[in-house]
Amino acid sequence: MSLRGATAIAGLGITRQGKVYDHSQVGFAAEAVRLALDDAGLTRADVDGLLVNPGLSWGDMGMASFQLQQAMGLRDLRLSSSMSSGGATAGTMIQVAAQAIASGLANVVACVFSDAPLKPPQPKAAGGSGSAGAYGFGRGLDAAYGQFGVNAMYALVAQRHMHLYGTTNDQLGAIAVAERAWANRNPAAQFHATPMTLDDYRRSRWVVEPFHLLDCCLVSNGGLAVIVTSADRARDLRRPPVYLLGMGQGHPGGDPLDTLTSGAPMAKQTAFSMAGIELSDIDVVELYDCYTFTVLVTLEDYGFCAKGEGGPFVADGRITPGGALPLNTGGGQLSSFYMWGMTPISEAVIQMRGDGGARQVPDAQVALVSGNGGILSTHATLVLSNQL
Amino acid sequence: MTAAKPLPTITDETRPFYEGAKLRELRVQRCTACDTLRFPARALCSTCLSTASDWVRVSGAGEVFSFNVMHQVYHPGFAAEVPYAVIVVRLAEGPKMLSNLVGVDPHAIRIGLPLRVVFEDLTDEITLPKFAPA
Repeated sequence: MSLRGATAIAGLGITRQGKVYDHSQVGFAAEAVRLALDDAGLTRADVDGLLVNPGLSWGDMGMASFQLQQAMGLRDLRLSSSMSSGGATAGTMIQVAAQAIASGLANVVACVFSDAPLKPPQPKAAGGSGSAGAYGFGRGLDAAYGQFGVNAMYALVAQRHMHLYGTTNDQLGAIAVAERAWANRNPAAQFHATPMTLDDYRRSRWVVEPFHLLDCCLVSNGGLAVIVTSADRARDLRRPPVYLLGMGQGHPGGDPLDTLTSGAPMAKQTAFSMAGIELSDIDVVELYDCYTFTVLVTLEDYGFCAKGEGGPFVADGRITPGGALPLNTGGGQLSSFYMWGMTPISEAVIQMRGDGGARQVPDAQVALVSGNGGILSTHATLVLSNQL
Repeated sequence: MTAAKPLPTITDETRPFYEGAKLRELRVQRCTACDTLRFPARALCSTCLSTASDWVRVSGAGEVFSFNVMHQVYHPGFAAEVPYAVIVVRLAEGPKMLSNLVGVDPHAIRIGLPLRVVFEDLTDEITLPKFAPA
C-alpha cells in the first residue's frame, strides 16, 4: 500500500504569534484547532483524531492530547496521542496521522503544537537570576562547567563545521538576512516591519560564539494546527488539498559532533522514493531553522550541495527572494515565528495553496519540508504538493 | 555578593568519578564485558548492552575537539566570568567530555590543541577536572 497522495492537509490554523499573552498553552492549542477546522470547512464533530506536540510550557501536564480533548469537548476520538521527537515532531505527527487515515483508523486528524513560554513584561527582579532555572538547565556536571541550554550545544557543532570546512559567520549571516527579507514580505511575521542587513547581523550581540543573537530562532507564544484527512475527503472541502506525496524519518543515533550530519539523508531517501521525485522537482524549500547553522547543514544533507559546501552555497544570494532556491519563504523560525516544526509546514501549505501574497513563489507545485530535533538527532521529511 | 556556581550532584552512579578527581585521577566508565570506555556515566554499554561496568583511570591527555564561548548569563554564578569557553575534550583513550580550559584566553582556543588534565577543588567532596595546554 503506497501512502503517496493518499492523504492531504485540508485545514491550517495559525493563532496570533509572539508576545501575545491572552491564552494559556491549552487555550492557544484550542484556538489553533478551531481556526484550522474553520479553514477546512469542518466542525469539531468531524474530528476523530488528535495528536499534540506539547511545547515547553506544557511542562509536567501529562497526556496533552487528552487535556486538549477535554478542553475542547471533543467526543469519540479514534486516535489520540501526545508526541515528542523535538523539532521533528510536527512532521512525525503528520506522518502518524496520514498512516492512521490511510489504514482506516481515523478520518479527520488534528495535529497541534502550542506553547506559551513568554510572560508579560514584569518589573525587573533585583539581582536578576538568569534563565537557567526556568528551563531546568542549572544542574549536573555540564552546569558546573557553565554549559547551559541548546544554544551552547549547537554552538559546539557549528564551531567544528567552521573548523573542518572554513564556514564563516558571514555565511551564517547570509541565511539570517535572506530569511528576514522573506519575513519582510509576510505580514504575519514577527519581524515583518524590521529589515536586516549583514552589518546588523555582525553587530548583534553574541549569545554563545559562534552564534550571534540573529543566528538564533525566536521564542513565540501561540498555537498552530493542521487538519489531515484522506485525499478524497479533502477534495470536497473548502480549500484546495495539499497532498502528502512523500514522508520519511531519520534518527541516526551516535554523536552528531563526529558526523556533522543530521537524519535528513535517511529521511529523504524514504520520502523522495515514496513521492517519486528528485531534488530538481522541488519548487519551495521550508527547512527547520532553530539556528542559521541548522539550515546550512540541512541543505548539505539533502544534497543541494556537498557536505562542507553549505557556506558558499548560501552566500551567493540564491536563497534570498528572487533567487534560484526559494527557502523559508515566510521568514522561517528566525524571523517569522517559532512553532517548532509547525512553522515550516504552515508556510509550505500557504505556498502550495498560492496564498503567499507578496512572497508567493510563482507556479510552485512541490514543497520540501524538514523537521529536526535534538542536536541534529531526529529528522522528519514531508513532500507536499498541490498536484497528484 | 558573588553567587556560587552550581555544583554537580554525586550519585551512586557517578561517585567513582568524583572520588577519582579528589585523588587527582581522571576516570571514565569501562564496560567490563567488552572493554568499551564511556563518559558520562550510563547504566548500560551502547556497544554490547551489558550493565556490568567499573571505572578506570585514563591518562588525562586529550585535545580540543570543539568549543564555544558563552556570553549569555544563564546562571548568576557565571555572571562575573562571561565571556568564558566551554570545551569538548577528546581524550587520548577515545571518550569525549565537556570541560573548561584554564590559562587560555577564550579567543585563543583552537580545535586540536593538545591538553592535559588539571584539577580544581571546589568543596570537600567535589573536585572538578579541567584542562590546560599540554
